[in-house]
Amino acid sequence: MDGGFSDIWVYLSASPLLHLFLTLLAYLGGQKLYERLGMHPMVNPVLIAVIALVLILTVTRTPYLVYFEGAQFVHFLLGPATVALALPLYRQVARVRKSLLPILVSVIFGSIVATGSALAIAWLFDVSEATLISIAPKSVTTPVAMGISEKLGGLPSLTAVFVILTGIMGAMIGPLVLNILRIKDWSARGFAIGVAAHGIGTARAMQVSEVAGAFSGLAMGLNALATAILLPLLWNLIF
Amino acid sequence: MIGAITLLLGCHLLGELFIAATGLPLPGPVVGMVILFTGLMTRGGVPDSVAQVSDTLLRNLSLLFVPAGVGVMLHLSLIEKEWLGVTAALIGSSAITVIFTALLMVGLKKLSHLGAND
Repeated sequence: MDGGFSDIWVYLSASPLLHLFLTLLAYLGGQKLYERLGMHPMVNPVLIAVIALVLILTVTRTPYLVYFEGAQFVHFLLGPATVALALPLYRQVARVRKSLLPILVSVIFGSIVATGSALAIAWLFDVSEATLISIAPKSVTTPVAMGISEKLGGLPSLTAVFVILTGIMGAMIGPLVLNILRIKDWSARGFAIGVAAHGIGTARAMQVSEVAGAFSGLAMGLNALATAILLPLLWNLIF
Repeated sequence: MIGAITLLLGCHLLGELFIAATGLPLPGPVVGMVILFTGLMTRGGVPDSVAQVSDTLLRNLSLLFVPAGVGVMLHLSLIEKEWLGVTAALIGSSAITVIFTALLMVGLKKLSHLGAND
């Protein structure tokens, strides 16, 4: 019986199907829990799914690369989904046009504060140089952040982890601090979440309001551009 | 539906080609987003099938970050060593960035007489 089960396990884990299934299952579980707890921002479905999957992979001693063979089908959709952000943006174009100058100024200073505050806090805690460089572009969408980190001498794969963790933190803390500040303007709320927490923040903003989602997606794109240009420039000035 | 998927993938592909040709430090999909946005502006409307596929993708955007997030297991030992500094930087900086950016934008919109509750 035991031999039979491990045979089936060996067979299943060699195909991408198992880890694709587990990825969807873990996310559905996270989503159900999130809904059951009244969609509270502190219960993040991505965080729940990631913790569940890391536990499963650790217990079954499955290497990340084996997991990713299945999960890559989900990961791949990030590209077309980012392209699809053009739709909410198009639907909100009149609003965007009206606040073009506030948008551009906010993204430039938001980008500087996002990288500067991360560097300052990490530096105060005396982290290693590799961690310091890798954490600097943490608010930027994954592919761009990895490129910036590599250019400055950081670890791109560590940067990818910081980016995802930042997205989760931003989506959890962002709405809470905005509520404390009593900011009700959906465009400013979405924009701030997009600058701080890229696509994960945008995913969360999209669930709450289409205006917030559109401004968050716009902020994510503009912040990628601003940080890719500003961070290497400022880095050379300071260090 | 196939047409809409082809359109999204086509914009993504064009974005990647643009990055490869220019060497700009931008992600291909963000350029693809600009290309699709320009197309929609030119056309002056969103075809139903494109709206259907895009809205489905965007409703489930969170799911798409799970595989990359699980990559945290590759760096657990490094993060364990510097967890305090890393956690403080990620949480602190996220809160500071959201507060700063939101207040700046609300302030600038008020300055340009747009009204904060737009």
